Amino acid sequence: MHAFANPARFLRIARPATAWLLGIGVALSLVGGVIGLMLTPPDYLQGETVRILYIHVPSAWLGMAGWGAIASASVSQLVWRHPLAAVAGRASAPAGAIFAALCLLTGSIWGRPTWGTWWEWDGRLTSMLILFFLYLGYIALAASERERGGDGRIAAIFGLVGAINLPIIHYSVLWWRTLHQGQSIGVSGSSIDRSMLLPLPLTMIGFTAIFAAVVLMRMRAELAQTKIEGRMRRRAAE
Amino acid sequence: MNQWAFVVTAYAITGLGIAGLVAWAAGSMRRAEARLDELTRP
Repeated sequence: MHAFANPARFLRIARPATAWLLGIGVALSLVGGVIGLMLTPPDYLQGETVRILYIHVPSAWLGMAGWGAIASASVSQLVWRHPLAAVAGRASAPAGAIFAALCLLTGSIWGRPTWGTWWEWDGRLTSMLILFFLYLGYIALAASERERGGDGRIAAIFGLVGAINLPIIHYSVLWWRTLHQGQSIGVSGSSIDRSMLLPLPLTMIGFTAIFAAVVLMRMRAELAQTKIEGRMRRRAAE
Repeated sequence: MNQWAFVVTAYAITGLGIAGLVAWAAGSMRRAEARLDELTRP
């Protein structure tokens, strides 16, 4: 990570990586989506709505991974004072918030025909909703701190404290009685039939690559903005 | 209850959400980098 502490070196790698990640992400997501919609069979219980899970699961993963990225960046900022850590944290938040929102929306749309309800205040759904609100809080806090010329330490502490919600989301289906099903894919294997499994890794990798591309784009935008502000200040002082 | 209506709605919302996120991130990056280029040009 410290190899990228120099913004110029980071930008040399980030510029080509952004286009590659975006291209690969869009291609894999489209292929996964088409296979999920047209080529996989319906589930014997859920029927056609099982196809929603090919976009719901990657959205849930990225909603949580986005906060994982914020927490890692926060540690990097508070412990090692990595110069790009605060930028990386702020850049991860909007993408994480969007994917958390997509997880909640697609889950709700899947829940109506399958569970008979749009929403249920159970552990998994509620903790995911809290994660979405944490994102909104982090975005507002980081933006106001940056506007006041702060070094992002308060947002970093908020990012670390908010990470307590990640194990709660993950283990909520084990800790509490819930409508939400447990884990289908684990280290020991998968309970999903092979004929229905193919689109999931495609959309998982595809969405993740798009997420990474968006984070890089936001980091590039913020680094450019910081340079602009520095030049404007120097011009004003001349 | 037509299950396909739920499936299509979920895919449409996800597609629009991701497209909007990418367009916003790309737009803000292009604007900032173009402005910086403008300022650094002699």
